Amino acid sequence: MNQLQNFTKGFFKENPILVLVLGTCPTLATTTSSLNGMGMGIATTFVLIGSNVVISLLAGLIPDKVRIPAFVVIIASFVTIVDLIMQAYVPGLYATLGIFIPLIVVNCIVLGRAEAFASKNSVFSSLIDGAGMGLGYTMALGIIGAFREIVGNGTIFGYKFMQGDGILVFILAPGAFWALGYLIALVNRIKRT
Amino acid sequence: MAKTESTFRNMVLSLTLISLGAAACLGFVYEMTKEPIALAALNKKLDAIKQVVPEFNNNPGEEMYRLPTGEGDSLDIYPAKKDNVIVGYAVSTYTKKGFSGKVSLIAGFKPDGTIINISVLEQKETPGLGAKMTEPFFKDQFNDKNPAEFSLRVKKDGGSVDAITAATISSRAFCDAVQRAYNTLQKGDKK
Repeated sequence: MNQLQNFTKGFFKENPILVLVLGTCPTLATTTSSLNGMGMGIATTFVLIGSNVVISLLAGLIPDKVRIPAFVVIIASFVTIVDLIMQAYVPGLYATLGIFIPLIVVNCIVLGRAEAFASKNSVFSSLIDGAGMGLGYTMALGIIGAFREIVGNGTIFGYKFMQGDGILVFILAPGAFWALGYLIALVNRIKRT
Repeated sequence: MAKTESTFRNMVLSLTLISLGAAACLGFVYEMTKEPIALAALNKKLDAIKQVVPEFNNNPGEEMYRLPTGEGDSLDIYPAKKDNVIVGYAVSTYTKKGFSGKVSLIAGFKPDGTIINISVLEQKETPGLGAKMTEPFFKDQFNDKNPAEFSLRVKKDGGSVDAITAATISSRAFCDAVQRAYNTLQKGDKK
């Protein structure tokens, strides 16, 4: 597998949400608008790249039996760094995403990539893998967020383009399940042909 | 590179080293972001104060004092002065009656108790329903009203406030917070 395939697999073939269906909790919770979804995606991307690189560097040094605790410590450190930086420099976004940022620690995508990819591959491949997976995640979150925002609120990136209130249920929790469900169904349909 | 064996010594050593490294990185980032975080929080508050009181030229943050609510705690009062004359009070108030917990807002009052403007600092209400309390169509109906004659209750409860459609609980909570600010300011010793 060359590096280009390694990068692009995160978008479609192995998209963490749409195909692997990992990390759906933050997906459902943070996609109330396109901006929130993408903010969450970018924060996760940063953590993924950071943890993938460090874990692939240290993989040889970490004894197998304690690899999970070691990975979790590394991931948690990156999440805390993201948390502090967002609090300092983008307080607006932090106010909306606040409680979900610490939850990136337990996001299965991050630990999943560490275990399945970074611990077995070179530093550079892991970096590409983290970036591809993270951006694929961001893309999926952005699409779901944009869909929910358009249908539910009549806005896109906070810009109002139609009259009225939209279909409120799409902003609420059930709308997240519908949007995600139909998007996965659509991706499966495309993949089959 | 050969895999490190899972002996007790190796496991303790590797986990200790990783934790130490992580702690060092976190300490560094914490030191780096400490000031911007404090500044961002302060700016947010100052911006909110500026929105809810008329033009002032003192430093309300430094002249802040607390008044008891009569319910066992106290609210922060930020006096706004222009050339040493009080032009308004910004009261940082809260309610715990929100649909999803605590709602914090900052309300500006003229010295006679008339509401100037209200700004929501923090809320976790339902997006699209209760969260609309931050929008002008709801919160601006309080502007220039004096709670002495403008009853701070939703119309359903016999008051004067137009509630947000499908978010009566959030609307009530908002009123509760404003009422708390008004009561505290009226009862207390204003400086």
